[in-house]
Amino acid sequence: MLFAPLAAIASGDTLRLDNANIDPHDAISIQRGARVFINYCLNCHAASAMRYNRLMDLGLSEQQIKENLLFTADKVGDPMTISASRKDQRQWFGVEPPDLSVIARARSTDWLYTYLRTFYRDEKRPTGWNNLAFPNVGMPHALWQLQGSQVLKIESEEHEGHKVEHRKLVLEHPGSLSTLEYDKLVRDLVNFLSYMGEPEKTKRSQIGIVVLFFLLLLLVPAWLLKREYWKDVH
Amino acid sequence: MNKLKALLNWIDERFPLTANWKAHLAEYYAPKNFNFWYFFGSLAMLVLVMQIVTGILLTMHYKPDAGQAFASVEYIMRDVPSGWLIRYMHSTGSSLFFVVVYLHMFRGLLYGSYRKPRELLWLFGVLIYLCMMAEAFFGYLLPWGQMSYWGAQVIVNLFGVVPFIGPDLALWIRGDYVISDATLNRFFAFHVIAVPLVLLGLVAAHLLALHEVGSNNPDGIEIKKKKDPKTGIPLDGIPFHPYYVVKDIVGVVVFLMVFSAIVFFGPEMGGYFLEQNNFVPADPLKTPAHIAPLWYFTPFYSILRAVPPLLGSQFPGVLAMGLSVMIFFLLPWLDRSAVKSIRYRGPIYKGALAIFVVALLILGYLGTEPTNLWGQFGSWLGGADRATVVARIFTVLYFLFFLLMPWYTRIDKTKPEPERVTS
Repeated sequence: MLFAPLAAIASGDTLRLDNANIDPHDAISIQRGARVFINYCLNCHAASAMRYNRLMDLGLSEQQIKENLLFTADKVGDPMTISASRKDQRQWFGVEPPDLSVIARARSTDWLYTYLRTFYRDEKRPTGWNNLAFPNVGMPHALWQLQGSQVLKIESEEHEGHKVEHRKLVLEHPGSLSTLEYDKLVRDLVNFLSYMGEPEKTKRSQIGIVVLFFLLLLLVPAWLLKREYWKDVH
Repeated sequence: MNKLKALLNWIDERFPLTANWKAHLAEYYAPKNFNFWYFFGSLAMLVLVMQIVTGILLTMHYKPDAGQAFASVEYIMRDVPSGWLIRYMHSTGSSLFFVVVYLHMFRGLLYGSYRKPRELLWLFGVLIYLCMMAEAFFGYLLPWGQMSYWGAQVIVNLFGVVPFIGPDLALWIRGDYVISDATLNRFFAFHVIAVPLVLLGLVAAHLLALHEVGSNNPDGIEIKKKKDPKTGIPLDGIPFHPYYVVKDIVGVVVFLMVFSAIVFFGPEMGGYFLEQNNFVPADPLKTPAHIAPLWYFTPFYSILRAVPPLLGSQFPGVLAMGLSVMIFFLLPWLDRSAVKSIRYRGPIYKGALAIFVVALLILGYLGTEPTNLWGQFGSWLGGADRATVVARIFTVLYFLFFLLMPWYTRIDKTKPEPERVTS
């Protein structure tokens, strides 16, 4: 069990991204993701374009948000900012942790889903952690207590005269969640990040259907009008 | 009714309202045989108006400040009521403006719409196209994302390779040694005031020139040559209003369906209309691995990259890119064919036009990708990037379409033009 490969991740230089397979209509999954985000990410990363009361989109009440999620701000209409100073953060991590408001649009959900599952122990890094999707990343594995710690195993084999390297992540010390549970948690988190990247997205496609339907109806009189006028053109 | 007529009289004595209505709509006689390709002029006007209206709404909330620009766009996307819709309409509109204008220009190539007596009409059109490119370039900096920043950096640096005055010129454009807040402020001024003003003036000139000489048509013959002896109205002409107004309404509805499908279901268009990397705030210290302009500039970007440097200077590439756009100005004088429309042209022009379109598409595609896209040739070709070699071949073909035109249009076997338009 300990050495069961989590995912046959990569061979050579190219990393195959795993499919995040999120469901943007699953409000419960996004809610769970929001909780993970606020508990684990929002200490170092901000999401300054996102307001807490926006979460009411997901069916949460103002009271629920205040009681369960409002840790870093006073008012429910405040944006998700953090108190850590940018200067301190640069000293701690070497970089400023990016604002995550639109990270899902910049990186893609598949990338985030892969990234959050491919941290591994690396003694050469100052934080002790490295990542397959983001080599030499400045961020330590914030979810390690949940996932446990993985190590990188490199197997090389001869293939038609070329040496091919297979890189594999192996779970060394399990965390408090099973692999399946952890993947599900990351999927919820990525679902939330995706939602946060564009909160109006589901509304957008709903309106789009109405607009297209209206235009389709409008096409009929427009076409009939044209045909009527053009009857006398020969 | 009489009161309305009296009011109209009152106005007409002071302003030529009825006269203009007649000259430009009710008694502007357009050929009756317009086809699919003739929708795109009026559609370009529609998109222009849409860009101006959504642009005005965006400026009410956007902050042209390096520290606030990126956040203000996200503020529009989230906190401004229907802000996301206005922003997506504007970003989709800019790409579709180019789609519509490219199809409009291609129509000109198909039917020889740039030929005598429409040379000035064509020149105003090319000037409009140049303005659109400037407008798109200035506007793309405003969201202040990584691609905004580095795209502007690349383009402004192009001016830096002009011999002697280059570095000073680039500094003058940026207003700083790097793209900065000063650059953002002036680009904002150009994008929302200067260029749109020029653009509107040119559109007016384009329309005045059109209504002076009259529209061309798919047969490429002059309908003004055959007029009704009594009324003086072209026999093959029909008044623009109501005939083409009601026809264009159909075109507008179909266009709006395409437009809405993009705005509501995929405003990023897979990264072609809104690039992924532009959702990362501009960082002057972090150069992205791959910088590509938006799709409508990529054929010219390909030409820029395809031309090898001379004596260590990138100027030849910049010159070639400039010429690849400017050469459109010469088109009316390069074409020596006896006929205007592709319907009566010979196989040589048809072949040349097909090669030109293929070259444009391939150059356009290559411009979106890094030059190592297809790997390298072996050492027998100096290990050159395959994509670069392909881009060079098609760059040459692109220019040959224009440069050989005086020759191949003259020797081409044309068919006789009809006396009257065919339907």
